Amino acid sequence: MRLKVTGLACRRGQKAIFSGISFALSGGEALLLLGPNGAGKSSLLRIMAGLLRPVAGQIALEGADHDGPIAEQAHYLGHQDALKPSLSVVENLRFWTQFLGEGPGRAPLEALETVGLIELADLPAGYLSAGQRRRLSLARLVCAPRPVWLLDEPSAALDVNGQQRLSRVMHAHLGTGGIILAATHAPLGLGQAQVLRLGSADPADSLPGGPAVAHAP
Amino acid sequence: MMALRALLMRDIRLAVRVGGGALMGVLFFLIVVAVVPFALGPDLRLLSRIGPAILWLAALLATLLGLDRLFAMDHEDGSLDLILMGQAPLELAVAVKGVAHWVTTGLPLVVAAPVFGLFLNLDAQAFAAVALTLLAGTPALTFIGLIGAALSVALERGGLLLPVLVLPLTIPVLIFGVAASQAAVADPEAFGTPFSILAALTLISLVVGPFSAAAALRLGLD
Repeated sequence: MRLKVTGLACRRGQKAIFSGISFALSGGEALLLLGPNGAGKSSLLRIMAGLLRPVAGQIALEGADHDGPIAEQAHYLGHQDALKPSLSVVENLRFWTQFLGEGPGRAPLEALETVGLIELADLPAGYLSAGQRRRLSLARLVCAPRPVWLLDEPSAALDVNGQQRLSRVMHAHLGTGGIILAATHAPLGLGQAQVLRLGSADPADSLPGGPAVAHAP
Repeated sequence: MMALRALLMRDIRLAVRVGGGALMGVLFFLIVVAVVPFALGPDLRLLSRIGPAILWLAALLATLLGLDRLFAMDHEDGSLDLILMGQAPLELAVAVKGVAHWVTTGLPLVVAAPVFGLFLNLDAQAFAAVALTLLAGTPALTFIGLIGAALSVALERGGLLLPVLVLPLTIPVLIFGVAASQAAVADPEAFGTPFSILAALTLISLVVGPFSAAAALRLGLD
């Protein structure tokens, strides 16, 4: 499987956010998107997810199990959690599993175990804290298998334990030949990941303890 | 198919849970129907003559009541993004959301209409006629409303825009719905024509509604 992006450009309103973004990823590889606020990290992920139209450029996913646009092959973990407060934790997860996936994913209860929410399975999602909501969104990715994960600041609001679980889940996904694109301000524990720097090349926002910047657009 | 069934069950479940909109429509229906006789005064003949029209008008407004939240809620919490990324075609997903809305809003109105007809001094034949025309016509109201609901997502804060956009499009449904139910009372011979046109309007809206709403949602991507 190979994800190839060439010459991607994005414009919001009158403002050109970025242009000429190109990269390629094979199965098992991760790409970290770095850059200051407003550099277009989230926009790039939304373009990849088919939720925003690029001004120019192409996205191609070759050799995936299913045909069809990349939006149907990718998971998008955005700032919003897509959870309904009046449904219970497990009802929310079961719905997205049935709606998004058709392959043999992990059972919802097993996924809740993985992200550490199993005791709260029957609690209405409205009572969850921000970090717990994040963990529940993460469980969705585990339940419905899709080859490409687009993660927008996946570690936001997660505690240390949650970040370790996130890192474990991401490593497991890469281990099965998946692809991860993650916009982040914090090191995610993906040591060997490629880095794409958007916006101004300010050395001050390189990751503390993260990988060295090896690749620029 | 599993994805669409899951979406249908989720929307119905959300509507009947606390904070959902399922009972709001019937309650609004009851309020309008209960208030009208007080406004009109104690003229029973007048009441039974305009009763079907009042029931239809109340049903139209009750259907529009919760419609602006149909996609807006999913847009706000990010669910709409994931629905767009689903393997199910957006048109079908939109149609399924429309069905769920009708089951939780339109269908209770149909069931409640005969009971509320008592308030308006309708006889048994008129009950049946109004309930039948509502059964045939309320899906059209929901599915025409889908278009407005989808457009109001694209335009932020479009809540008030929805009735302005949708009401003119629902007027034919109202005209033929009321015409059919009044024909059933006054002249049963003339029931067929307006009822057929009402059913045709519903069938058209079942096709046009989901396609237009899906197009509006795609255009509103940002």
